[in-house]
Amino acid sequence: MPALPLDEAGKYVAAAYLVFLALVLIYVAIMASKLSRIERELGELNEIVDRRAAEEDDREPIAR
Amino acid sequence: MFGRGLKTLSLLTVVLLVGAFALVFFYAPNDADQGFIQKIFYLHVPLAIVALCGFVAGGVYGILYLRSGDRMHDLRSYVAIHLSLILAVGALITGSIWARASWGHWWVWDEPTLVSFLIVFLLYACYQPLRFSIEDPERQARYAAVFSIVAGAFVPLNFMAVRMAQSLAHPRVLTTTGGSMPGSMRLTFLISLAGMACLFVTLWKYELASKHTSFQLKRLKRKLAGDEDAWTPNPRRSAAPQL
Repeated sequence: MPALPLDEAGKYVAAAYLVFLALVLIYVAIMASKLSRIERELGELNEIVDRRAAEEDDREPIAR
Repeated sequence: MFGRGLKTLSLLTVVLLVGAFALVFFYAPNDADQGFIQKIFYLHVPLAIVALCGFVAGGVYGILYLRSGDRMHDLRSYVAIHLSLILAVGALITGSIWARASWGHWWVWDEPTLVSFLIVFLLYACYQPLRFSIEDPERQARYAAVFSIVAGAFVPLNFMAVRMAQSLAHPRVLTTTGGSMPGSMRLTFLISLAGMACLFVTLWKYELASKHTSFQLKRLKRKLAGDEDAWTPNPRRSAAPQL
């Protein structure tokens, strides 16, 4: 086949580079959602540790 | 642990990829035969090469896992194959776009390079379901390592077989004689390849760091759940390695 004119070839080239960009962006978006899950779970764990620390503080005077 | 050097690597990846794309559109000349459509080559070929190297790397980590029993090697192998699959999807799609513009067809079934790459892709597409089908983490890691080694060995064999086949319509740009690219095109291609390789390593380390953090968090949860009645862990079946 003869070489495509620039205006027609440009569409294909743009599509190929956009596919690459989309793949990277989708990957980053998935990783971002995983990161936010880790952040949420860390927050939950922090709450548990804080609650425990508060409970231990409440119990201390009774033990004495 | 895995996050070490990630910032530098990320910056290097951005510089290389932006530089490569700038060279593609402002420095490398248009191909005499194909014209502007040949610019896809600077994206499609590095994607395919890095994906195939990633599959082989997955096999190498599979060997290391079987030799040492270290679960981190299983994780490295899993992430390498997982990322290579994503890059392989990119190589298949960009290749199809190029084929449509250059040959007038989205896919050509009697072209060994295309079909062999598809076979490799479909082979590795079985990796995740294989892992997911095995519940015991120890067996899952062992079987996955064996799969990654066998499939990893198939990649260069397949590559050589295609090279030895009668050359058909798919262009050959990387040859033992150095190919037929002029210096400016070769420089652009090599920088694109370096950028793609850096992107792979950056995302690989990024995902390893994420998965490792997630496992550490699960361990912490389990420790807390040991004497925490209000909170119970919810173990889910997963294709990802369990550390």
